[in-house]
Amino acid sequence: MSEAERLRRHPFTRGLSDAQVESLAACARLARFPEGAAIFREGSEADAAYLILGGRVSLEQHVPGKGNVQLENLSGGDLLGLSWLFPGGRWTLDALAVEPTEAVALEAGRLRARMEEDAALGFALSRHVIQQLYQRLERVRLQRLDVYRVGP
Amino acid sequence: MIAPLKPGEHLVLSLGGLGDLLQQLRRDGYQLVGPTVRDGAIVHAEISGIEALPAGWTEVQEAGAYRLKRRSDGALFGYSVGPQSWKQLFFVPRLRLWTAHRTEGGFTVEKDEAAPPRLALIGARSCDLHAIEVQDRTFLQGPSVDPDYAARRRDVFVVAVQCGQAGGTCFCASMKTGPRATSGFDLALTELFEPHRFEVEIGTERGAELAGRAGAAPAGSADVEAAAAVVQQTERSMGRRMDTADIKELLYRNQEHPRWDDVADRCLGCANCTLACPTCFCGSVEDVSDLSGDTAERWRRWDSCFTLDHSYLHGGSVRASIRSRYRQWLTHKVASWIDQFGTSGCVGCGRCITWCPVGIDITEEVAAIRATDGARSGESKEPAT
Amino acid sequence: MVPEPARVLSWRRESHDTVTLALETATRRPFRPGQFNMLYAFGAGEVPISISGDPATAGVAVHTVRSVGAVTEAICRLRRGGVVGVRGPFGTPWPVGEARGGDLIIVAGGVGLAPVRPVVYHALARRADYRRVFLLVGARTPEDLLFRRELERWQRQGDLTVLVSVDRAAAGWKGRVGVAPALLADVEIDAGNAVAFLCGPEVMMRFCVRELGRRGLPDERIHLSMERNMKCAVGLCGHCQYGPTFICKDGPVLRYDRIRPLFWLREI
Repeated sequence: MSEAERLRRHPFTRGLSDAQVESLAACARLARFPEGAAIFREGSEADAAYLILGGRVSLEQHVPGKGNVQLENLSGGDLLGLSWLFPGGRWTLDALAVEPTEAVALEAGRLRARMEEDAALGFALSRHVIQQLYQRLERVRLQRLDVYRVGP
Repeated sequence: MIAPLKPGEHLVLSLGGLGDLLQQLRRDGYQLVGPTVRDGAIVHAEISGIEALPAGWTEVQEAGAYRLKRRSDGALFGYSVGPQSWKQLFFVPRLRLWTAHRTEGGFTVEKDEAAPPRLALIGARSCDLHAIEVQDRTFLQGPSVDPDYAARRRDVFVVAVQCGQAGGTCFCASMKTGPRATSGFDLALTELFEPHRFEVEIGTERGAELAGRAGAAPAGSADVEAAAAVVQQTERSMGRRMDTADIKELLYRNQEHPRWDDVADRCLGCANCTLACPTCFCGSVEDVSDLSGDTAERWRRWDSCFTLDHSYLHGGSVRASIRSRYRQWLTHKVASWIDQFGTSGCVGCGRCITWCPVGIDITEEVAAIRATDGARSGESKEPAT
Repeated sequence: MVPEPARVLSWRRESHDTVTLALETATRRPFRPGQFNMLYAFGAGEVPISISGDPATAGVAVHTVRSVGAVTEAICRLRRGGVVGVRGPFGTPWPVGEARGGDLIIVAGGVGLAPVRPVVYHALARRADYRRVFLLVGARTPEDLLFRRELERWQRQGDLTVLVSVDRAAAGWKGRVGVAPALLADVEIDAGNAVAFLCGPEVMMRFCVRELGRRGLPDERIHLSMERNMKCAVGLCGHCQYGPTFICKDGPVLRYDRIRPLFWLREI
């Protein structure tokens, strides 16, 4: 399967023209992570956007005294990583593959350049990022509400 | 000896005749419950005869105000409605439901075999008769019947009175529950003067039989017309009205109306309205046990949706604000009730208006919502998806 | 209606604050999935508890009780041979018939898994009646998950797809972390031939309804189990009113399109 075909499978590229997808394919590579592998660690340079095709990724925060605390899971169809959007961005969380995971990695610098050159592409991808952010925010808020706890 | 009388026919009863009629009822085994002056109000209590009735008394009622006032005549029923309806006789304020005793194998439950007294209601008004019918729908006509209510409702004798004046807060005409009582009574009296007498409409055969025994004579057309005129005058002089056009949908679509914020600023959540209201039916249960822990009882008592406890769930109250509790009460009373029981819960007796310490008037609240139908306070919560 | 004494046949701890009791009742009253009994702890009071057992098992009423107050605490302290008062069953059942021939999507949060467990038993017993069956389970932490062994067994059996997620993970948890509604992302929803049953905290159900709406499932195919303060369970005391609906006799299972105007109102 070509990179372009793989990209087409992911919601990130919904609504893009073939030419736009091809231009993204030029900065894409397939990444495979075995179970337990770290995809990225907090603090390191946010150098790629990962479009998860399959598997499961755990977003974690290392808490002194507690070790790694799992915050949320992502799976196929999700966008892993938001910190790549701005130059000099650094990951704010650890991302670990809790199941064997396959993703398309888009190199951050070249992805940002594409988005600057092609305003329509930039807008479409930004909108997708905002949608993902919103969904994530909604879930995190529900988590925060701690609805299963009893009492005032 | 007069010919057997039939429902729908009209008689005349003298003052003495009414006195006799009441004593006949007592001899027939009924406990008379009727109006009497007590503690500065006209309340419903057990009475022994005509001498207990509030002769020469009326009341002045307004939003948040009630005062007894002397009349210039000796009318026995010259008042409108007091703080009580007949609700407390059938849906009693405190009732022991059952007693449980611990046993080896667990526990046994025994129910009280109370034999309620046979009651004769004296002076029941049209609004209150409608209220009894409304409560009958709640307690007798749903999938579950309340056995205590059913027992107390059996064999009740009703001597109704057609209202000779509209009370200060009455609005039964617009609720189509009066002022003329047309059903639910054995006898309906209209008080007439010069001479002081009662025009009597027969409601049932046993009412006719009793009136006959008390010496009632057939009414002449003059008396029948005079009685009709009394009630017509009452209807014309009614000061308040509730516009009930499409009222259910009106309340249902205005749950976020700013008027609820407005009334919440005034409402104290004191629950007086629910206590005075003849149709409110909320009850709570209390489970108690003795010190040994071997005997337990369950009691039912009146409750009110204005209490925080009423909507307690998972560590808090669903209706925590007074705004939400007032909205619940009024929306239930004039709107949801219709979906639940097929009638309005309001009979226009005006008690909630009179007995509200801050004088909230439900006719005014509904009118205010209607005037700005669709107004919203705050954002709509329903999602756009 | 008075409580009928029922002996505790068996007792099992599900989590730190939740137990499952099997009660033997003198009269064998059949129940339908989603219905509840009023359980009476002598001298303490009564609470509505959904029946969490298999509707096909006659003569035994199984209840999963979470200790949240004086009455539930007293009930949770009972052991084999103890006696509890029972009134019921009451309430409207899950409309399992409506899902026949199509997909059944069950989302349960916290102790909300208990009232839907009878649906799972029913679906497994009549598996051919349904196309795909999904059970999505949310809990606060892995320790709070109910019926863990049963969930694992169902997962292994393969007759239904079981997805479990916890709000916060503990060390060693290999399962999903996140909220229950997020599990819907892994369910293919055939909007024309699927029915959803939701049971859990009202906030959780709100999020699920929103998500199901985004995925095109019509409102009349979503059913929720609602809760309100309950005293008499027979529609006479007025406490459980939810708008014009009495949760005890018109619910607790309600169709979303019928309660939609109420569902998004505050303090109703």
